[in-house]
Amino acid sequence: MRTGLIAQKLGMTRIFVEDGSHVPVTVLKVDNCQVVSVRTTEKDGYTAVQLGVGKAKVKNVTQPMRGHYAKAKLEPKRKLVEFRVPQDGLIEVGAELSAEHFLVGQFVDVVGTTKGRGFSGVMRRHNFGGLRATHGVSVSHRSHGSTGQRQDPGKVFKNKKMAGHYGDARVTTQNLRVVATDGERGLIMVEGAVPGADGGYVLIKDAAKRKPPKGLPFPAALRASAAPAAEAPAEGAPS
Amino acid sequence: MNVMQTLEQEEIKKALARRPVPDFAPGDTVRVTVVVEEDKASEKPEKGQKAKDEKPHRRTQAFEGVCIARKNSGINSSFTLRKISYGEGVERIFPLYSPRITTIEVVRHGAVRRAKLYYLRGRKGKAARIAERERDTGETAEAGAAKEKK
Repeated sequence: MRTGLIAQKLGMTRIFVEDGSHVPVTVLKVDNCQVVSVRTTEKDGYTAVQLGVGKAKVKNVTQPMRGHYAKAKLEPKRKLVEFRVPQDGLIEVGAELSAEHFLVGQFVDVVGTTKGRGFSGVMRRHNFGGLRATHGVSVSHRSHGSTGQRQDPGKVFKNKKMAGHYGDARVTTQNLRVVATDGERGLIMVEGAVPGADGGYVLIKDAAKRKPPKGLPFPAALRASAAPAAEAPAEGAPS
Repeated sequence: MNVMQTLEQEEIKKALARRPVPDFAPGDTVRVTVVVEEDKASEKPEKGQKAKDEKPHRRTQAFEGVCIARKNSGINSSFTLRKISYGEGVERIFPLYSPRITTIEVVRHGAVRRAKLYYLRGRKGKAARIAERERDTGETAEAGAAKEKK
């Protein structure tokens, strides 16, 4: 178990391969991903690294959180996530993780928050067929049909698929292949779609259900010069 | 330019290095040669390893037709060719930067006043003709450059 990474979903594009095929890829950006704190067995009863990514305005950060960042001597981060790691997988506070943490060709799981769809009917939410367009159906063309039997169960069973809130849920997409990594720009391209809207934050981890490839950087791939690297993206991205 | 656009531009540059894209517009008659893979159904390999060893048989195929639409969308740009094949209208959409397309050749420039020539779908024979247009692209490009300088 290694630590994962926090990344921003930039969007999707495609890569043409010489043999004529093409690969749909999602571009994920690892922007200034640093270790903000570590959890240790002595102090917290478990071991984990807390990573932060992006940059938050100081005025929008609460006083207690400012203290937390000050302790790590880091600028406030946009997003903080803990990754459980074994004792030997801990990384020192302040270290910056590189996008080359993942190898090209390996499989990863990506966790994201899906787009919220609000209160949705059963046709959208559960792919029900709805009712007929004619033959006496009135007003309820998009409704679900019956929800159960008669007096015998006398109730609607739990987990009956019905209308309700859809989306805005934490979803893991498993076994996405890493197509390319770019440590300099902090980009990771994974094959296929990733949950969530463009600009949203996702977590990338080694695939739980695949054998990890040999030569994975352990405990993590760090950016060599964290200080100048942290300044470069800020200048390089005026937008 | 944001990161996504930069990435797409890099991809387009690579595609253009493989094969240039000529200047063509809807109404032009275009001839495209495409690599087609033929899998031999009779000699289906049983395991994955064999399939890797045996390369699928490849040959090129030409498709000539009128460009009735172009979609400009970065690396996802495409164009639609329409031709009449044995009395039946056939339309095919090609990705502009696909490595599967080996050449794109403009056969004839057409004079049209629409970006999408979907009206051709309802027409046959004489009515579906497109007048030829002389297009001296070199001169207009120079004129455009001169204007920009001024």
